[in-house]
Amino acid sequence: MTDATANQMPASGPAARSKHGSILVQAPSMRARNRAEARFKAYGLAAIVLALTMLAIMLTTILSDGLSAFRQASLTFPVTLDAATLDKSGNRDVAEMSKATTVTYGKVMAQSFVAHLVAQGISTEGVSEKELAAMLSKDAPAALRNDVLANPDLLGQTIEVTVLANGRIDGYLKGRVTMESAQKDSNISPEQLVLSDALRKAGILTSGFNWGFLKNPDASDQRPEAAGLGVAMIGSAYMMVLVLIITLPIGVAASVYLEEFAPKNKWTDLIEVNISNLAAVPSIVFGILGLAVFINFAGFPQSSSLVGAFVLSLMTLPTIIIATRASLKAVPPSIRDAALGVGASKMQTVAHHVLPLAAPGILTGTILGLARALGETAPLLLIGMVAFVDNYPSAPAEGVLDPATALPVQIYTWVQRSDPAFVERSNGAIIVLLLFLMVMNVTAILLRRRFERRW
Amino acid sequence: MSPMKMTASTLALIAASAVTASARDQVQVTGSSTVLPYATIVAEAFGENFEFPTPVVEGGGSGAGRKKMCEGVGENTVDIANSSSKISKSDVELCATNGVGEIMEVRFGYDGIVFASDVNGAEFPLTPADVYNAVAAQVLKDGAIVDNAAAQWSEVNAALPAQDILMFVPGTKHGTREVFDDKVIVKGCEDSGAFEAFAAANGGDEDKAEELCMKLRTDGRSVDIDGDYTETLARLDADKNAIGVFGLSFYQNNTDKLRVSTMNGVIPTVESIAAGDYPVSRPLYFYVKKAHIGVIPGLKEYVTFFVSDEMAGPDGPLAEYGLVSDPELAATQAAVEAETPMAPLE
Repeated sequence: MTDATANQMPASGPAARSKHGSILVQAPSMRARNRAEARFKAYGLAAIVLALTMLAIMLTTILSDGLSAFRQASLTFPVTLDAATLDKSGNRDVAEMSKATTVTYGKVMAQSFVAHLVAQGISTEGVSEKELAAMLSKDAPAALRNDVLANPDLLGQTIEVTVLANGRIDGYLKGRVTMESAQKDSNISPEQLVLSDALRKAGILTSGFNWGFLKNPDASDQRPEAAGLGVAMIGSAYMMVLVLIITLPIGVAASVYLEEFAPKNKWTDLIEVNISNLAAVPSIVFGILGLAVFINFAGFPQSSSLVGAFVLSLMTLPTIIIATRASLKAVPPSIRDAALGVGASKMQTVAHHVLPLAAPGILTGTILGLARALGETAPLLLIGMVAFVDNYPSAPAEGVLDPATALPVQIYTWVQRSDPAFVERSNGAIIVLLLFLMVMNVTAILLRRRFERRW
Repeated sequence: MSPMKMTASTLALIAASAVTASARDQVQVTGSSTVLPYATIVAEAFGENFEFPTPVVEGGGSGAGRKKMCEGVGENTVDIANSSSKISKSDVELCATNGVGEIMEVRFGYDGIVFASDVNGAEFPLTPADVYNAVAAQVLKDGAIVDNAAAQWSEVNAALPAQDILMFVPGTKHGTREVFDDKVIVKGCEDSGAFEAFAAANGGDEDKAEELCMKLRTDGRSVDIDGDYTETLARLDADKNAIGVFGLSFYQNNTDKLRVSTMNGVIPTVESIAAGDYPVSRPLYFYVKKAHIGVIPGLKEYVTFFVSDEMAGPDGPLAEYGLVSDPELAATQAAVEAETPMAPLE
């Protein structure tokens, strides 16, 4: 027996080693396999590096172009509110006073600005009166007019105001406008830039954090410095809350029925296929549907966040249903069997055991669905939300019927504006949108980490 | 309150408020993206100076805007359609079928269309014939119609720089393209004699000749831009040899990046367009649904304010932004005041 074994075993002579190799020395085929594996790993690594580089390039461009939107130049000077100009009737009647338009207030403001420069001994050589007035934002007179109309006693007084500087002056402080570009620019002259240097030294022109960018409504092409995200953020917030209220109950109810109660037949298969299909339908299709159903048929007001929320809900529902069904499936059948075994009804099983265990997954899916809805522009295009909306929507619940825009819409409209200052604004808006998305995605991950159970 | 009850009651509240929704209190405007900046400037000033809320202004295109206006009468339809071209007969008919009877046509000014290249590039004193010979599919060469093979501007006209031909023209869905075709390409076609040659080759069929004139070359020297002027600007930035087509107001806001070409030796400015010296311009309109006047608060006031000297006049903010003020603005103001509806199109 031993002889036989010895004969069958390969001899450990040199000839045998060359045939089968040693485990210490790699055979050529083994080396080829190892190389293939190394290459395989390298491909994966390269893909990750490529993706990260793209992300880094995108973020750097956005941040370098957009961070400047969060700083804003403003001018501080005293304005003498001449009662004779602003209240021609002289009886402090607000209805009469409102006849003085922002044009008149603009003139009053410009006069006070020039007078202040003269009083401070700042040379305005080479800058015409019109150019001096143009250094103030066109948005400034409106705020002053509102203040005066709200408080007519201000007339005749001299009050200190802080107003936005024109977008080009603001651009000069941020390095976007230079002496060379100003020479060719029909909207600003190098002399005005020299003057702004002097104003900066005198402390009249200052730069600070741009709260207005987060608070103000949109502004027209002539006032990029006054444009803000206020209306867009309210609109987005209204829509997200409404989408959550609409999709969560419907989505969970549909999934629970399909997963726990529905018989498995060709009808449920058909429904399942259709839900998956809907999740992949281009979002603009939901906009077309929304226009036809919610506005033209049901008669909901155009441009309102309610209709926007309906459309986005349609878009988000399939995503939420798919995520919810997946997390319901992940609850082990033993839980159901145990509940049914101790005498719980089907409904009690679902409500008391399956749903609570699936909740983290459902929440995560919902938040991811909402994040997708937050970034959508296309479906809103057709229902009139891609628009210039200057008034804040009122408080809920009527506010959801008021016209509003959304964050991605604001980016889209700003990119199309002709004034170069809107490039910075749109990139700034992208930063704000990315922050919102990041907060939502991080919440989703945290919820999953904290509450998810594995079996 | 349980989440379920909360949800149900919120939904009920929304439904109730939708049903009892009070009448729309702001003017709604849609239409041309060329008119959009002017309309937002007016809307903003209107909101500041009047008790009415600021009108909501949408872009999207002249044709789409007019169709939207013609959808019908009622609070869920828009009040005004901005348009960079005159309303078509089919639109008026569509309006009529949907019960939108009387429409007011308001012409509030003119818009210039300019050719511009990179600010550091060469000067381009163009004529319509130059542009035609550079970008048309077929041109007249030595008395015969040939496929356009010109590679450099100097081949088109010896006075132009020896620079590769590359032109960004607005895509066919833009109102600007219509003016470009009409005032530059067809004009150039006629000036260069190609129009007659086309007509002669087709037995005197002038419509066919015009159609042939408007065919642009497809070898990549003429590129249609379907996006906005910002896209054209970005493409110019990437390719410094190119010439782009812009609106006058867009150019005026970007004079530090663009060098404008003259047309027939005339520099495009608000003044030269108003005087009629610069040939490539078009009227801008908006169309008001008359049935909404008196129903939607502030509609009449907005329209009146838009055409007032304070806004649309030669010293107003619109002119400052690049609008060429209408010399017959007073007639428009009177028509708006009298609410004169549009005469039927012939």
